Amino acid sequence: MIHSLFLVNASGDIFLEKHWKSVVSRSVCDYFFEAQERATEPENVPPVIPTPHHYLISVLRHRIYFVAVIQSEVPPLFVIEFLHRVVDTFQDYFGVCTEAAIKDNVVVVYELLEEMLDNGFPLATESNILKELIKPPTILRTMVNTITGSTNVGEQLPTGQLSVVPWRRTGVKYTNNEAYFDVVEEIDAIIDKSGSTITAEIQGVIDACVKLTGMPDLTLSFMNPRLLDDVSFHPCVRFKRWEAERILSFIPPDGNFRLLSYHVSSQNLVAIPVYVKHNITFREGSSQGRFDLTLGPKQTMGKAVESVLVSSQLPRGVLNTNLNPSQGTYTFDPVTKLLTWDVGKINPQKLPSLKGSMSLQAGASKPDENPTINIQFKIQQMAISGLKVNRLDMYGEKYKPFKGIKYMTKAGKFQVRT
Amino acid sequence: FLSMSTNTLYNDQGGAEAAVEVGQESTPTSSGTAAGFGLFSTDFKKNEDLKEMLESSKESLKLEAMKRIVGLIAKGKNASELFPAVVKNVASKNIELKKLVYVYLVRYAEEQQDLALLSISTFQRALKDPNQLIRASALRVLSSIRVPIIVPIMMLAIKEAATDLSPYVRKTSAHAIQKLYSLDPEQKEQLIEVIEKLLKDKSTLVAGSVVMAFEEVCPDRIDLIHKNYRKLCNLLVDVEEWGQVVIISMLTRYARTQFTSPWKEGATFDENNEKAFYDSEEEKKDQVEAKPYVMDPDHRLLLRNTKPLLQSRNTAVVMSVAQLYWHLAPKHEVSVVTKSLVRLLRSHREVQYIVLQNIATMSIQRKGMFEPYMKSFYVRSTDATHIKTLKLEILTNLANEANISTILREFQTYVKSQDKAFAAATIQAIGRCATNISEVTDTCLNGLVLLLSNRDETVVAESVVVIKKLLQMQPTQHCEIIKHMAKLFDNITVSMARASILWLIGEYCERVPKIAPDVLRKMAKSFTAEEDIVKLQTVNLAAKLYLTNSKQTKLLTQYILNLGKYDQNYDIRDRTRFIRQLIVPNEKSGALSKYARRILLAPKPAPVLESAFKDRDRFQLGTLSHSLNIKATGYLELSDWPAVAPDQSVRNVEVIEPVKEWAPSVGKAKPPKQDDKFYSDSGEDDHEEEEGEEGSESSSSEDSSSSSSDSSSSEGLSFCVCIWVNIPTFGPVKSHELLHHMTGKGLSARYHFPRQPCLYQPNMVAVQVTLTNGSDHSLEEIHIGDRSPASLNLHCFNTIERLEPEASVTVSMGIDFSDSTQAANFQLCTKDDQFSVSIQPAVGELLMPSSMTEQDFCKEQGKLLGMNETSATITLAAENSSSQSLSKQVLSVANVGVVSSSENNIHRFAGRTVSSGALVLVTAESRESSTALLTINTDKSIMASMLLRDLKQALAQA
Repeated sequence: MIHSLFLVNASGDIFLEKHWKSVVSRSVCDYFFEAQERATEPENVPPVIPTPHHYLISVLRHRIYFVAVIQSEVPPLFVIEFLHRVVDTFQDYFGVCTEAAIKDNVVVVYELLEEMLDNGFPLATESNILKELIKPPTILRTMVNTITGSTNVGEQLPTGQLSVVPWRRTGVKYTNNEAYFDVVEEIDAIIDKSGSTITAEIQGVIDACVKLTGMPDLTLSFMNPRLLDDVSFHPCVRFKRWEAERILSFIPPDGNFRLLSYHVSSQNLVAIPVYVKHNITFREGSSQGRFDLTLGPKQTMGKAVESVLVSSQLPRGVLNTNLNPSQGTYTFDPVTKLLTWDVGKINPQKLPSLKGSMSLQAGASKPDENPTINIQFKIQQMAISGLKVNRLDMYGEKYKPFKGIKYMTKAGKFQVRT
Repeated sequence: FLSMSTNTLYNDQGGAEAAVEVGQESTPTSSGTAAGFGLFSTDFKKNEDLKEMLESSKESLKLEAMKRIVGLIAKGKNASELFPAVVKNVASKNIELKKLVYVYLVRYAEEQQDLALLSISTFQRALKDPNQLIRASALRVLSSIRVPIIVPIMMLAIKEAATDLSPYVRKTSAHAIQKLYSLDPEQKEQLIEVIEKLLKDKSTLVAGSVVMAFEEVCPDRIDLIHKNYRKLCNLLVDVEEWGQVVIISMLTRYARTQFTSPWKEGATFDENNEKAFYDSEEEKKDQVEAKPYVMDPDHRLLLRNTKPLLQSRNTAVVMSVAQLYWHLAPKHEVSVVTKSLVRLLRSHREVQYIVLQNIATMSIQRKGMFEPYMKSFYVRSTDATHIKTLKLEILTNLANEANISTILREFQTYVKSQDKAFAAATIQAIGRCATNISEVTDTCLNGLVLLLSNRDETVVAESVVVIKKLLQMQPTQHCEIIKHMAKLFDNITVSMARASILWLIGEYCERVPKIAPDVLRKMAKSFTAEEDIVKLQTVNLAAKLYLTNSKQTKLLTQYILNLGKYDQNYDIRDRTRFIRQLIVPNEKSGALSKYARRILLAPKPAPVLESAFKDRDRFQLGTLSHSLNIKATGYLELSDWPAVAPDQSVRNVEVIEPVKEWAPSVGKAKPPKQDDKFYSDSGEDDHEEEEGEEGSESSSSEDSSSSSSDSSSSEGLSFCVCIWVNIPTFGPVKSHELLHHMTGKGLSARYHFPRQPCLYQPNMVAVQVTLTNGSDHSLEEIHIGDRSPASLNLHCFNTIERLEPEASVTVSMGIDFSDSTQAANFQLCTKDDQFSVSIQPAVGELLMPSSMTEQDFCKEQGKLLGMNETSATITLAAENSSSQSLSKQVLSVANVGVVSSSENNIHRFAGRTVSSGALVLVTAESRESSTALLTINTDKSIMASMLLRDLKQALAQA
């Protein structure tokens, strides 16, 4: 399936290559570089590129292209999903997935890639299994290894590979047994000029951090499971139990994992927690434009809207801006024309605003499109869909774990057209 | 030199640093130590130090050297001359060192075949190691060394590993099959034998890998699958995710060769049918005679067992199930995949790209599947250009009479986009909408004409091209537009647009008799400076005018033809010569010039604007070929359904021990106990324990797809181990009628309680109202009017400006019922009418779940005794005797939360009233002979008695 992998950085250099079958010359990447040159933005490089003898399937993460070389028919999503899994694993191991981190840990990277694919077919992608085979590098372990000559590589087949619960290793022990669940919801929305919602939907995830001894069997139930319209599960969740009773029953992996992601579709009503009043105008013939933006909270059930960040790609004709934020700081990059305003927390008594003028290229005609405004924000202690966890029970182990559930709402792709 | 190099080595001990240093080595740098090297080491022995490290007796030095070598390999540098030194360490005790040596070996063995042979004996030894990991990795490396001489050794190792006790080693052997096959295709026959053996393997670990090997080595040997088909279907949920993708795509091909088409005319496959083949044999036969088409039970098995995988977190798995449904399921069942595909759109950009391509193909044939999710395809300014174009494509495919106005409004925004390539694509899309939906053709045309005065050239050019196509379809009424375009002609510089205008004027020159010659005059002036494509159209225009209006244009035409005669481009010279012969009669031209008019001014068929994805469905969805729209190497065609199904009995499996008892009823059979079935086991066991039902014991059979012994007659029954217990999911939300369409003059309304906290005010109950327009005209300004009692606190929905016929819309409102079941009366108004409606809440909907512990519950209950306690003993219906269904009934009646209970026979539920937040505690204590004591503690005594009544009714009835 996957023949070779090339890692290409933003400046177009191949800084790592790995082959699972016969070696493929790196000149195959020339086709990729051609496509890269043609694309105006890094994101515009097509994910699938045919070449005379191979096919290149690439993903772009952290400004690194992961280019897989394929020789024959394979579902493209199979490769894409795998490449993303590779990035996730690197991130898990090294904390970040940057060119520097990969170069620093090139041996571990190679050992990982060797275990993840055999003859181009995925072998071990579960992070728990990989961590038993190859221990993640830590400063302490690197030092100990250099002194004692011991290794990072496990000698036994990871227990997970053979067990019925491949995601969990045996013999987990903790002195403090804890299970934390974060319900995080993101609102994707498009708001039109007049402030009415064109489309809005909620994407939610439940991320868990479970540190429990032994083989605990957990059940998690919701107050209003009916809300969960479309869900996808970590393989540990027993699907039939969910179908029948709407209860999540699972033996959790050890550590951090995503238990569930769900979708509350646009057919349901979605509360929009912020509103934007805007007045952005360019006048014909004048080299000045007006910019006036005010933010305010609505339908937040009394919770504060925090970490608000507004960004907008202004038209090319704008030379500079002279704006006055009532709170926070704003920057405008005259080269990329990107305006960002770090607002912080919205105080409902004193609504934050950004007002002032924009200077335009003299003599140029007025831009035909008004900029789109992207907004990011966070609301703690609230899941905007109203999803609520009812209870969490543990079976199979005797001790009493510490349990915690946190809710948060964030803006996903939240756009306001002006 | 030696001491010098060791010195350096000690300096950079950290593995990571070493790797970086190696890189610097090859290009001399300024750093002190490396410069020192530069002096001594010449090019051909630049890796001399590594060689010495590998030959040293210290393990740590060797490891260090190997790490640096791996660093070299990773960068693509050549380290092959170190082969002899490296290969010596293949038998090292240090496992990390050994692994790195393996990495090196696999990389360079092909180039150094003779030396590679030195390592073989080590692997042969390791293949007998008691540690399964060592056995497996020895086989992995041995089979990855691409040295033809060792083919027999590999073959032997694979055969041995295929019967290994460890499933992990067997999995490795499945991978090795493919490697050996690509090294030496002559081994095919022997390898197929191994594949056949491994296909019988019951381990979920092996299944994916062996099917992969099957697909690579012998995808046409469908006969190997027959006996394993049911097992593969049943194991599928438990196979690792990558294996699932491969198995699903193989089974898709298999099913297309073995089953008859479920798409035939009049094929109705419904629940009755499904039941039929699980029931007794006689009934089944009746069904066969009665119905023209009955789905093969094995076909159904595949569809049913893949469906839960739509919930997988792996996008490739979801996509493969979606394509399976698309290619195999009856038409009305395909839409189950929609929701999951739309969910994938939230994933990474590259995933979006592939999924959108597939949706684009699907949406051409099946608009209805994605129409409800239209808004998910709206374009965001942050999307990558290829994502934007795909979304546009899908929106265009989805356009129909009902939603076209929404889509066009959305397109208006896109046209103004700063991304001009995208704006141009939008104009094309508008053109397609205009041709497909005749109602909006004029609107679109007018909109496009407005765009002609846009400042951006690409937008104008694209508009001209699209307008040209549209006008061709109905040229009669559009002289004005042609005139307008002729006026704009001077300002347009994009050649494609200029050419299009010239063509239009030429084609309809008789409708614009005054303008056409004038345009030709201008063109004659600028002819030499034009682009080729414009010149060709100028010649065209001249010829057409010469035929229709030779008096005014004769001289101009001749001038242009003369210019064309000496043009640099031979296409233009050629065309000029042809036109001249055709239109200017002379002795040589003969008969043809008589027909000049009919040739040049023939009515031309209007172009059809089609989706670029129109013919993509020739490829299987989800494949690389589909994505590229060209046939990729190794693409396996999906065959057409056979007209007559091949023998079904080939899939029957011999059972080792015949099953003794059959419980004919559906879903009671217990699956055989198998350790590697995680999902299926635990799930089904749970139900059975809770329901207290004992299925027949078929666990004696080892094969999960066990079938009864007389295989020919009862294949319908043979796989009922896999039937899932069909417990209704949380029942559908009860919806009530608010307004009947007869009384509402076409407007009908239904409402239900979504049981969400109300967004507007915490003391309101959320109500969702679905308004449907059943009349034949659109309704305007739907809003809420007067309410009674006047004090009724009500959060209205926003006025609905317009509701098209057949359209429906769901809106939310909030009502403060003040904890009473008194109906909320209000008026539902349209522009012309007013209808009095009322919402009467069931008492259970006035509650909100409240979470509390058992202790708190008992404490609170203790405070609400005496007057505040209502209780009754009731008789439970048989269906409600299990604790699970009892709680389900209670939860369906009242919006309360379950309080966990330490006693098995007592169920506790807690809630609070929405308006005042008063506690409502419900206890159900089940007793002997299916009776139960229901107790409700609350200080709202009226509510308590009403709730008790409702609960009683729900629990007593079947």
